[in-house]
Amino acid sequence: MTFAEQFPIVIQALNTGFLQTLKLFFVTLLGAIPLGLIISFGSMSRFKPLSYFTKIVVWIIRGTPLMIQLLIIYFMPGLMDNNIWGGGESGRFLAASIAFIFNYACYFSEIYRGGIQGVPKGQEEAGLVLGMTKSQIFFKVKLLQMVKRIVPPMSNEIITLVKDTSLSRIISLQEVIFAGQSFMKGNMGIAGVIWPLFFTAVYYLIFNGILTVLLGRLEKKLEYFR
Amino acid sequence: MAILEVQHVSKSFGHTEVLKDISFSLEKGKVLSLIGSSGSGKTTLLRCLNFLERPDGGVIRVNGETLFDAGDRATMQEKEIRRKRLHFGLVFQSFNLFPQYTALQNVMLAKELLEKEKPDYKVRKKEIHAQIEAEARTLLDQMGLSDRVDNYPHQLSGGQCQRVAIARALALKPDILCFDEPTSALDPELTGEVLKVIKGLADQETTMIIVTHEMAFARDVSSQVIFMDGGCIMEQGTPSEVFETPKEERTKQFLSRFTNR
Repeated sequence: MTFAEQFPIVIQALNTGFLQTLKLFFVTLLGAIPLGLIISFGSMSRFKPLSYFTKIVVWIIRGTPLMIQLLIIYFMPGLMDNNIWGGGESGRFLAASIAFIFNYACYFSEIYRGGIQGVPKGQEEAGLVLGMTKSQIFFKVKLLQMVKRIVPPMSNEIITLVKDTSLSRIISLQEVIFAGQSFMKGNMGIAGVIWPLFFTAVYYLIFNGILTVLLGRLEKKLEYFR
Repeated sequence: MAILEVQHVSKSFGHTEVLKDISFSLEKGKVLSLIGSSGSGKTTLLRCLNFLERPDGGVIRVNGETLFDAGDRATMQEKEIRRKRLHFGLVFQSFNLFPQYTALQNVMLAKELLEKEKPDYKVRKKEIHAQIEAEARTLLDQMGLSDRVDNYPHQLSGGQCQRVAIARALALKPDILCFDEPTSALDPELTGEVLKVIKGLADQETTMIIVTHEMAFARDVSSQVIFMDGGCIMEQGTPSEVFETPKEERTKQFLSRFTNR
């Protein structure tokens, strides 16, 4: 098969794979952004046992490779004779989502904590003497200031997440790297071809380019105040 | 009757006693200046009045209502404290304006949040909003900021920021307006414009408590002066009593640093 004949076949397979990559990316963001906020409240709690517990969990999750977390979450239930994931792609996706959401929520929680604690104490006091409740102060005064502070570090994490989704290859999730690799072993009549694997990089690059522009715009939008 | 009565208020941070047996009262429409060196407890006293700190002992009464009584835990309920705070306004040394809101929005925000809690807010939303905005504009105009209403705090000078902060505190119509070194973060030129505004409020008989290091101003604007040292009230009286014929050695010593300049 000539390159011109291979190309459309490969692209179609890579597109399908990248769709799975995107799915994992968005599901992780959707889960980790709110979960991270809950974890950050836990680690800032004045109830010491809760804050210690949260900090230990965050330390373990951030201190060990995501790849190992993926392997443990996916294979442990089966090893304990209780394969809750089943054998299919949907089970692998669910396991990967849980590992990614939890891992990224822990990173986000530390960014949030920095953002919340970075808002000057005077802002809260000004709200209090104006008769605002704690929740009004959080939502009406501190939240936007916190968002402004965390956009640059969050952009970094989000771009890293796009590439980290490839780690789910380790549990054979059929994302874009998996799709690229399939043409080495043989897939749809194409075998022993390595360029599709290299070509997956283009997908990451383009998607991250779009994200960089969007996140840059958000950062600009928040420049109206200091 | 006095609008504010403070009796035997004390406060410690750890083992450091920052307020010792503070008692004074203030008449409606009068201005009280708190003077004294840094660390003498002036700011802590203001923070106690505004419920930003909880005193360890003593009683605070406004208009005859007991707002705080260290011997009565019922006066310390979180929900009640929010309402009680509204008797007081506080202007901070560092302004603490909300940076994401314009001058006008800074003045309107708290009032709007309070109105939202009232049952008829939804029906009269537009009317209430228009009224709050009109009041806010009048206040900013009074502060000489009518051309700055749509500016964000970072676009304003320190003196302008502090005047917005004063308007923001006035918007809730507090019984007593407190100032915590309102000009300490400003250069001499900007200090003048803020002091002028405070003087204007005094002329309109706004009840105020002012913590300040501007001695000439304190003497000029107040009807009552308290000199604090080491957490105690060393001396109190009319400006002429405290500034011209101080009885305590410590007061003379403190004031000499200002008159000898």
